Amino acid sequence: MKGSVVGAAGTAGMALALGNSQAKTNTTQTLDFGKEDLFDHSHEFAGTVGDIDIASDFDPMVFLEQFDFGTKSQLDNGQTVRDYNIVAVDRDIEIAPGVKFPAWTYNGQVPGPTIRATEGDLLRINFSNAGTHPHTIHFHGVHSPKMDGVFEVIKPGGQFMYEFEAKPWGLHLYHCHAVPLKRHLHKGLYGTFIVDPPAGRPAAREMVMVMNGFSTQFDGANTFYAVNTAAFHYAKQPIPVKVGQLQRVYLTNLTEFDLINSFHLHADMFRLYRTGTRMDHYEITDTVMLCQGERAILEFTLPEPGSYMFHAHQSEFAELGWMGIFEAHE
Amino acid sequence: MISEESSNEQPPASSSIGFRMLFAFVPMGLLGLLIALFISFGPAGVFQAGFPPIEELDVERITFEPNQVSLHIVNGGPESVTIAQVSVDEAFWNFTTSPSNTVDRLQRAVITLPYPWVEGEPLSFAIVSSTGIVFESGAEISTITPSPDGNYIITFSLLGIYAGLIPVLIGLLWFPFLRNLHQKWIHFFLSFTIGLLLFLGVDSGVEAIESALEVASAFQGFSILLTGLALAVLAIAGINNWQDARNSVGSDSSLRIAYTIAFGIGLHNFGEGLAIGTAYSTGLISLGTFLVIGFAVHNTTEGLAIVSPLSKTLLTPKSMIAHLLALGLIAGFPTVPGAWIGGFSFSPIWNTLFLSIGAGAIFHVSWQIWSSIRTTSAAALGSPLNILGFLTGLIVMYATGLLIVG
Repeated sequence: MKGSVVGAAGTAGMALALGNSQAKTNTTQTLDFGKEDLFDHSHEFAGTVGDIDIASDFDPMVFLEQFDFGTKSQLDNGQTVRDYNIVAVDRDIEIAPGVKFPAWTYNGQVPGPTIRATEGDLLRINFSNAGTHPHTIHFHGVHSPKMDGVFEVIKPGGQFMYEFEAKPWGLHLYHCHAVPLKRHLHKGLYGTFIVDPPAGRPAAREMVMVMNGFSTQFDGANTFYAVNTAAFHYAKQPIPVKVGQLQRVYLTNLTEFDLINSFHLHADMFRLYRTGTRMDHYEITDTVMLCQGERAILEFTLPEPGSYMFHAHQSEFAELGWMGIFEAHE
Repeated sequence: MISEESSNEQPPASSSIGFRMLFAFVPMGLLGLLIALFISFGPAGVFQAGFPPIEELDVERITFEPNQVSLHIVNGGPESVTIAQVSVDEAFWNFTTSPSNTVDRLQRAVITLPYPWVEGEPLSFAIVSSTGIVFESGAEISTITPSPDGNYIITFSLLGIYAGLIPVLIGLLWFPFLRNLHQKWIHFFLSFTIGLLLFLGVDSGVEAIESALEVASAFQGFSILLTGLALAVLAIAGINNWQDARNSVGSDSSLRIAYTIAFGIGLHNFGEGLAIGTAYSTGLISLGTFLVIGFAVHNTTEGLAIVSPLSKTLLTPKSMIAHLLALGLIAGFPTVPGAWIGGFSFSPIWNTLFLSIGAGAIFHVSWQIWSSIRTTSAAALGSPLNILGFLTGLIVMYATGLLIVG
């Protein structure tokens, strides 16, 4: 390419015609690359810098294993009643170290509290809107359309009691259904809704993971991705796991803007129960792709101590925050 | 002595000045008070709505070292910006910011990332502020940034000498040919020079505009450009007037015009050097033989432009040689420091200023040459030969410019 030149961003090597001095410079550059062997392309340099402030804000490690069973009571006919209080509030949340996001939240956190009940329980969700915009709670599952949280939008300062029976057993979700939908979901109004089978599931260590993302510029493209909001948090603070103990992950996709998200487990495989509504029907895999609102229960046992990475198998999402590690120990 | 009449018209001088000075400071004092009130009590309620903060960060320069990339940033917005995270090619990455993650208004900082960049490939960066605002930038080509060592200095000194200094000096050797030419041919070459200079002036002006667009908004690129243009024109006019007044006998106005041309072309070549240095250090050009030849041919014509006003000079050949050398250095040498600076620390602010001063000087001197033709022979101004000369000047610059691709 000697002779032509310039301007255009050609990748041709530099054709140097200015005498020996230039040629020498080039040689030195090549040598410098050889000398610097500190860079091994390891994960050491990837990811965000610093840690989120868990003392004054949301702690993803606590959220991971926290379930809201409501206040339990019984009707005369013996049916269990569970009362929950959900308040919609505006709040700035930390979605990555040092990055604040002006969220709309259920109970001040994103994702909202994980609501858990057993099939057949009567659920009474006392919703009040302390935010600045109208909101609702729309539950997935089977219930009367009057309790669907779509047509009765609750204005700021308003209240509503969602009352329905928990069914069917499986893994569900809830989210705001006020319009514009994208804005209400993306700003953080969503959470996991677990309905346990009457006989329960096999004993296991249980975790809730909500795949989500945040477009800090509100331009329809996510700036950060994560499970449970804080980018890279479970990569920086690996989740401790006991070797040989059954692990159960309640995985939900509430990522806005992107059509799908995925979960990939390293060095092992999991049993995949789609929507968690059957126990005799599962698939064995190490990667699952979920559409927006789609969810699955994952069960696995880690066989030996070590670091088991998990992340979205879209590399872009993984490198923008959706990455974590299970640290298995005896 | 002041006459009685005039002293009656005005109050005593001392109280007049005191009074006047008082009123000169009253508006400033009130403005200061207003600012103090604003700062201590906050702005009026209308401004207190919860608007998102206006943040602005500009990446002025991206430098590459082995396994390391640095973003040189400036805060051109109204508020300080805190850098929270940085991603490279859509992957968040470790970084450090010097001196601090919080960059105050009009302050600069350097973000350094340990990164295994790939030679010759483009790279994109996104800086995320604490409020989630994303500032994107990119390098068209990843290539090692030359460090200011001996090799680099020698390389760019040679380039400046080959492309700037030698061609201009060669062009000056047209002087004996031009000397004592017939008046109409002198006018032909002066018209030719106007054509050359207008081409260079427009070229500098366009580059100044391009450069002004890259200046962070707080630094007001176009104001810098206008200031540079005005500075050049007014400074040259002022110097000319001062010399006329000081030394009307024996002054050689043609020599002065030649020096003005050399000065304007010198600044133009300084800008050219900056562009070459920057393009080279960012990997956008390779310094091929063709490029150097292109610059050499293009810049030789600049020498002709400088000597054409001197055809009727009264100076002795001996002193003329000294002047020619001085003119050549003024016009040609700035390419050398231009290339050095462009390669090491490129700032669109200085680039805009130098280019606009150069453009102003060139436009002004074109007008001076035009006036000198008019003074000698107003009728000759629009002669076919002069028009041909002017057009030839433009076409020669265009044609030789084709040799410099880029």
